[in-house]
Amino acid sequence: MVVGKAAIRCFGVAEASISDSIAAARVQGHPVQGRKQEIMIDKRVTSIADAMKGIKDGSTVLFGGFGAVGHPGQLIDGLIEHGAKDLTLVGNNAGSGRVEPLVRLLATGRVRKIICSFPRSAGSVVFDEMHKSGKLELELVPQGTLAERIRAAGAGVPAFYTPTAYGTALGEGKEVREFNGRMYLLEHAIRADVALVEAWQADRWGNLTYKLSGRNFNPIMATAAELTIVQAQHIVELGALGPEHIHTPGVYVNRVVHVPYGDPAPALVTTA
Amino acid sequence: MTTTASRATGAAEGFKPWTRPEMAARLAKDIPEGWCVNLGIGIPLLVSNFVKGREVIFHSENGIVGMGGLQKPEELEPWLVNAGKQNVNLVTGASIVHHADSFAMIRGGHIDLCVLGAFEVAENGDFANWTTSLTDGVPAVGGAMDLAVGAKRLWVIMDHTSKDGRPKLLERCALPLTALKAVSRVYTNFAVIDVGPQGFEVIDMAPGLSMEALEAQTGAKLKRKAA
Repeated sequence: MVVGKAAIRCFGVAEASISDSIAAARVQGHPVQGRKQEIMIDKRVTSIADAMKGIKDGSTVLFGGFGAVGHPGQLIDGLIEHGAKDLTLVGNNAGSGRVEPLVRLLATGRVRKIICSFPRSAGSVVFDEMHKSGKLELELVPQGTLAERIRAAGAGVPAFYTPTAYGTALGEGKEVREFNGRMYLLEHAIRADVALVEAWQADRWGNLTYKLSGRNFNPIMATAAELTIVQAQHIVELGALGPEHIHTPGVYVNRVVHVPYGDPAPALVTTA
Repeated sequence: MTTTASRATGAAEGFKPWTRPEMAARLAKDIPEGWCVNLGIGIPLLVSNFVKGREVIFHSENGIVGMGGLQKPEELEPWLVNAGKQNVNLVTGASIVHHADSFAMIRGGHIDLCVLGAFEVAENGDFANWTTSLTDGVPAVGGAMDLAVGAKRLWVIMDHTSKDGRPKLLERCALPLTALKAVSRVYTNFAVIDVGPQGFEVIDMAPGLSMEALEAQTGAKLKRKAA
């Protein structure tokens, strides 16, 4: 394909002419003025505000993380700054305490609904208050069904059958069908407008890796939105990630911003 | 049925209920080498302390296959957490998958055993462990419903009676169900009980406990499992 060849040639020119200082600047996540037009694909943006551009009121927003690990807190802060309202959030948890970004976003009153599996974490006071006072709608979804509804959206599957929640309160009102003598519920895919993803490494194509259990919902969420925005701890050169070690190919990703925030808070427990 | 704390702990019957570590050790003894096992948060996690020397692979719903024990302060790796968001280790040979793959592994029948806690278990295998009310407070379900229907077998580990002495093994559950006909065995502080086609079948009892005393603490018929 002509476009592909042009792209390869163009990358070759750009890569060959990068000086050490420019390469160093790129590692810091600052695209270099005057170079950008030579690069066909560069999904890096220089600020979280740029990463949030175009998010509309009424959006459905996926956010990664299992508790604090792999959670794109700085992008959620960016969403607060951006100001979009009437949001539907989709993630595993509903935050705890009063200071973390997700909780502060809920407290702004700009979230209409949250779709999650485990809102009742220790100290999830803001969610509790908002939900009980009728300011925040909750759709409670079993964790595996939540993951599959997101995965299905990214894979172009509109709905699927699962045995999970059949015969329970969470299955009420859902279409039931029998396969091979077992009962299943029809569950619909969750296609989103925006996905907020936390990655360990990213290159300018948006190829991603995740660190340990920071992976969780991030790879599937990256596939299931119109606009996938990534905060990455490390920006690396194209080619630095081995092809068989990339967890999320850049084809799913629209924007990458460098956010070297360090480690999530430890949750060390020495007795169980 | 009784409501006094002394009877709930078994003192009045003159027997010694199993402690939580003893319950976990008793369950662990029944896990064959080579199984892949998902442990729920709370008492089920204790089971991992009692399989030392055997290769049992522990799965965590957040995408860990080959989970080790809890981290010590000197080995802190904040990027590794289990389903209860505690920092844990990996064993040699461990792998990490994303959430949809983790639950595909569960739903697809690749997990040999899931061990969960419960509020109630019924004699037909129905059980309730996710909420005590659909109207009060904020319910949270997590992965319990997926694990209950997806793992090859589900064992429950729990106290035999509630904190106020009411039976937790019942003819029918009163609380909102987690899954239907899912539990195959229950390990309590009083007994080990299979859920058979005709109801509860007692396999083992705490030392000194009689069938009559066990029945008095149970809200459904019991029979001895044929050897």
